[in-house]
Amino acid sequence: MNHLSAAVDWLLDAQTWTGPGQLGARATEHLGYTAVAVLIAAVIALPAGLAIGHTGRGRAAAVLSSGAVRALPTLGLLTLAALAAGVGLVAPLIALVVLAVPSILAGAYAGVESVDRATVDAARAQGMNAWQVLWRVEVPLGLPIVIGGLRLAVLQVTATATLAAYVGAGGLGRPLFLGLRTYDYPMMLGASLVVILLAILLDACFEVVQRLLSYAPGLARTGRLREAR
Amino acid sequence: MTIRKPTHALLAAAAVPLLALTACGSDDPLGPADTDEGAIIVGSQLYYSNTIIAEAYAQRLEAGGYEVQREFEIGQREVYMPELEQGAIDVFPEYSGNLLQYLDPESEASSADEIQQALAEALPEGLVPLAPAEATDQDSYVVTSEFAQEHDLRSVEDLAGVDEDLRIAANSEFETRPYGPGGLREVYGVEVTLLPVEDSGGPLTLRALLDGDVQIADIYSADPAIEANDLVVLEDPQHLVLPQNVVPVVSEDLSDDVAALIEEVNAALTQEQLLALNARSVEEQAAPETIAGDWLAEQGLA
Amino acid sequence: MANAGHILGLTGAHLQLSLPAIAAAFLLSLPLARLANRLRPARALILGGTGLLYAVPSLPLFIVLPVLIGTGVRDTLNVIVALTLFGLALMVRSAADALDAVDEDTRLAATALGHSSRGRFWTVELPLAGPALLAGLRVVSVSTISLVSVSAVLGVQSLGSLFTDGFQRGIVAAVAAGIAMTVLLALLLDLLLVLLGRLLMPWSRR
Repeated sequence: MNHLSAAVDWLLDAQTWTGPGQLGARATEHLGYTAVAVLIAAVIALPAGLAIGHTGRGRAAAVLSSGAVRALPTLGLLTLAALAAGVGLVAPLIALVVLAVPSILAGAYAGVESVDRATVDAARAQGMNAWQVLWRVEVPLGLPIVIGGLRLAVLQVTATATLAAYVGAGGLGRPLFLGLRTYDYPMMLGASLVVILLAILLDACFEVVQRLLSYAPGLARTGRLREAR
Repeated sequence: MTIRKPTHALLAAAAVPLLALTACGSDDPLGPADTDEGAIIVGSQLYYSNTIIAEAYAQRLEAGGYEVQREFEIGQREVYMPELEQGAIDVFPEYSGNLLQYLDPESEASSADEIQQALAEALPEGLVPLAPAEATDQDSYVVTSEFAQEHDLRSVEDLAGVDEDLRIAANSEFETRPYGPGGLREVYGVEVTLLPVEDSGGPLTLRALLDGDVQIADIYSADPAIEANDLVVLEDPQHLVLPQNVVPVVSEDLSDDVAALIEEVNAALTQEQLLALNARSVEEQAAPETIAGDWLAEQGLA
Repeated sequence: MANAGHILGLTGAHLQLSLPAIAAAFLLSLPLARLANRLRPARALILGGTGLLYAVPSLPLFIVLPVLIGTGVRDTLNVIVALTLFGLALMVRSAADALDAVDEDTRLAATALGHSSRGRFWTVELPLAGPALLAGLRVVSVSTISLVSVSAVLGVQSLGSLFTDGFQRGIVAAVAAGIAMTVLLALLLDLLLVLLGRLLMPWSRR
């Protein structure tokens, strides 16, 4: 356990955090990578997932392909992308986007599917067209689950973005790999702790958002929101 | 889901994987019990060139009638040194300078001979270095020939006169090594920023150099990519990087006959030969067994 | 490809690391999930705690774990325990939800028929929760198979070794083969689990 207290000491040392290339800057980079990767993944997966949920078409294909994508080892993907794209951010972003897509996709179609069919039929009977049904009924009611998918993606990407440093990018993987290569346990542990804290913090933000949403008028108030995976 | 008897079934169910775990742990390198009695255990680093050398030792020993067990591609020195010390590995191809720096960071030895002597003292009890090979595989500061021409570079010293930000691609541990940015600043007055790429001077490091992402790359001197890409290795007149002759570290308990067999292989390992071995590995993508086997046959050691 | 034997060997090593971890995660998740459901105050703690494991970056866990459990970094056991922990992160929640979803009336009926709490668990709740448990197990199996590769960075042999070696020598084919084999292995195991599920739970077939 002395490694743990040494890690805490390392984290409490102001030197660790300040200055260029130090932990503060690394954590900011890490957050940046996570945000960009999840954003790109959302742009791809949200429309696709909503369409699948709304039409009910392509569901089997989506389940199957996200299963296959989930099986893709991130390290292998990263290596392959890096061999093709060189050093820098492109390769880790590709790997992280691929990691995030299945969760967001699943959240999107499961969210839309979770809406009571009777409600949807009622909306149709009122004369809403497909777009209106999707945007005014299915998305608002399914929102907690859709956001649950994003939440899981953020968690996965935050924990995995450490691999970016393997191919010359920054982020909290930098102190982690340096610690790994030189067997500096305090540094390695300390960096891991920051990654974990960051993940918890982001997760807590989502929790708050989901709670707030559940109280908003016209939105779903469906019991346990965390079931969104 | 047909378990009927409830009594302690839960406990039993939990115990099964634990038992399975212990059983599967039988190839645990730290467990002394499971090694073949009498087999010589040869280890190698997680580095293709090192594995080829280890394979050559192993095949030579097998040709000499010994039974060999291979424990190849074990991460970094920090992982396998404890295993060597505990006697879980008997033979390991090492690199003299870095090994000495690992064992004794304070050591002042800088020539190949001094290092070999210091190694014999610094190695933990029970381990001895055999005669080093002529071949070295050491970190080296490499630039493209265009960059060298443009700035008239021959040695690391000349970098001090280059009037642009210098970036160097290397593994992350370069930051803390004596020949890293700190050493370059102190000894040569050269300021560099590290771009860490974790492929040990492999294709990504090379590509960063060729793409101009970095101006300098830390590439091992026995890497065939240096010649293939017409790169320039900068001289290191102050010996910031210690010589890295290939030196077998072996257990004291091994017989003289075993040591002699390994030293035969090492004696044949010239710089040219090591480069050729590595080139076959990277260019033909041949397996270490094939490369080492063919080479031993060529050298009359099979 | 002349490397078929090598790849096959690595596939075997890959399975040797992942299968025990998947089994252990599944079996350990059941008592934890049951505890979480029976002791409601413990539920948040257990589910939150195991869920948190998911936020732990895998690479440092492989390195830090030996310090905590006293194994060597390269020990098979170390890798298996780490993988089991990640498996638990996913499986405990699935298992808790699956067991929780068993109809209350059914439970009461089982008690009325004279089942003890433990007997009811094995003969009623577990079989009824079977399909949902299987769904959770399938996710764990796929993610574990894909996660094993990371341990190659530490020098533990698995299909991930094709990535580290391919990366060093710039062999795209090795990396691609490693990815393909990992996905294939994950899908095969998934298929196997589905078939096993049909065999053990014929009633769940729709």
